[in-house]
Amino acid sequence: MKSDNAIVLRDVSFTYNRGPVLHGVNLCIKKGDFAAIVGPNGGGKTTLLKLFLGLLKPDTGTVEVLGTSPGKSRLKVGYMPQHATLDMHFPVTVMDVVLMGRLGSNFWGWYSSDDRKRAEKALKEVNLGEYTRNHFSQLSGGQKQRVLIARALCSDPELLLLDEPTSNIDEESEQALFSILKELNTRMTILIVSHDIGFTSQVVKSVICVNRRVNIHPTSAVNGALIKDIYGGDFKMIRHDHRCSEGGHFHE
Amino acid sequence: MNDVLNLFANPDLVFLRNALLVGVLASVSFGVIGTYVVTRRISYLAGAISHSAFGGIGAALYMNKALGFSSVQPIHGAIVSALGAAVITGLVSLYAKEREDTVIGAIWAVGMAAGLLFIDITPGYFEISSFLFGDILLISSQDIAMVVILDLVILLITSLFFNKLLAVCFDQEYAGLRGVNSSGFYILLLCLTALTIVLLVRIVGIVMVIALLTLPSAIAGKFTSSMGTMMLVSILFCMFFNVAGLGVSYYAGVSSGPTIIVIAGLTYLTVISIQRIKTLVQNG
Repeated sequence: MKSDNAIVLRDVSFTYNRGPVLHGVNLCIKKGDFAAIVGPNGGGKTTLLKLFLGLLKPDTGTVEVLGTSPGKSRLKVGYMPQHATLDMHFPVTVMDVVLMGRLGSNFWGWYSSDDRKRAEKALKEVNLGEYTRNHFSQLSGGQKQRVLIARALCSDPELLLLDEPTSNIDEESEQALFSILKELNTRMTILIVSHDIGFTSQVVKSVICVNRRVNIHPTSAVNGALIKDIYGGDFKMIRHDHRCSEGGHFHE
Repeated sequence: MNDVLNLFANPDLVFLRNALLVGVLASVSFGVIGTYVVTRRISYLAGAISHSAFGGIGAALYMNKALGFSSVQPIHGAIVSALGAAVITGLVSLYAKEREDTVIGAIWAVGMAAGLLFIDITPGYFEISSFLFGDILLISSQDIAMVVILDLVILLITSLFFNKLLAVCFDQEYAGLRGVNSSGFYILLLCLTALTIVLLVRIVGIVMVIALLTLPSAIAGKFTSSMGTMMLVSILFCMFFNVAGLGVSYYAGVSSGPTIIVIAGLTYLTVISIQRIKTLVQNG
C-alpha cells in the first residue's frame, strides 16, 4: 500500500541517561510538506531528527519513514548535518564531499561517470557549479551548508532533513538558501530543524513544536499564545519581517 | 658517492642496507595510514596501540624462552597485541564516548606494564631499550619481506575502499546513513594502523614510532588539499626522514631512531614557523 505520509510516529518515547526527552509523541507529516521543527534547546529537536534517520531507536512506539522503518528508508532520505560539526581542515574538495551522497550505490564505493554528473547537477542546483575543485575549507559558512545540501540532493532523496541550516550564516545566504529549498519542495518533502521560528514561518507550510511533547500546526496558527505554550514562559514578541508578503504576519 | 656505493657493496654494512630498505619501503604504509590518523585525529589511539604492542613483545619473549615455543618471535607478539589493542580502542571510542580518553590511557599504560612483567618472569637478560627506542641491528631480510607484504595489503585495501574510507573519516555519521558500515571501516582503519606501527618498531621503537606516523602527514597537510596528494607527499617526507636519519646516525655514530624523530620534528617545527611568519607578514 502506498502511503501519503512521509513520516508517521506512533506513541514514541525516548529517554537519555539524564532523563526523558520525548514523551508519548504522535506525529504525521504528509508527503510534499515543508515542515520546521522548532523548540527550546534540549527540548528534543535533534533527538526527533535522529529518530527519523534511525540513528536512535525509540524506547516505546514506532517510527515509520516513507512507509517503512527508518533503517530501510535511509537511502531515500537526504540528510544535511550542521557543518560546524565537521573538521574544517580535512583535505577534501567540494566534489569529494558531494560525491559522498552517491556512496550507497555499490560495494566498493567507486563512483561512476553518472555519479559525477549527478553531483555536478546537484552543485548547480545550489548555485555552486563553479566550485567543484575548491577545497571545502575555503568556502564560507553559507556555501558549506549548500555543499552539504548538494550532497544530500545527489542521492535523489524523497525526503530532505536539514539540521539548523540557518545557523552560522548571514541573512543574505539565509534568503538564498530558502529560495533554493522552496524550489526543491516542489519535488520532495522537506523537514528542517530551526531555532528561528519567526523566519521559518515565512517559508514553511507547517511547524512542529517540540518540548518533550510534540504538536504540529499550520504556519498560520503560529502566534504569541502558541509560542508561549511551546517555550513555557512569557516572551516579548518582536516583529521581524525579513521580507514583505501578501499574506502578512500573525505575530501579535 | 663512493661512500654510498661502498654501503651497498660492503657485507659488513648489511644491517644499514636492510634498515634503509625497511625505512624506505615502510614509508609507503606510513604515508598512507599516517594521513588517515592525522585527518581522522586519532593519534592518541595510535599511541595507545603502539605502546600496547610492548605487551605482546614481552609475551612472545616469555613464550619463546620460558615455554619453549621457539618459532614465536617478538614481532608476532607485537602484531597480535597491537591488533587486539586496535579493536579494543576502536570499540571504546565508538561506544563509550564519555570515558574514552581514560580507557585509552589505561590501555596505553597497561600494555607497557604487561610487557615489562612478562620480561621480568622470562629467564635471561634482554636489552629492553632496543624495543622501546629501536635498534637497526635487529632487522633481518625476513623483515624486509614482511614490510613488502604489508605495503601491498595496505595499498590494496585503501585503494579498493578509498571513497568509503574518506567518507568515514570525514563524516562518520553521514557515511553510515549512506549504507556504509562506518564502525567496521573505522575498526579496519585502526587495525591497519596497528600493522603499520609494528612495521617500523625495529627502526624507531615503540615510544617514538607515533611521531614518524603523524609528522610526515602533518607536514604534508600544510601543502595539500586532497587526501590522495596528502598521502603521496607524506610518503616522500617519511622516506626522506628515514634515509636522512639513518645517514646522519651512521656518520655521527648515534642511535638511528632518535635521529630520525628529531629530524622529522625539526622539519615540522620549521614548516609551521615559516607558515606562521608568512601569515604575520601578510597581515602586516
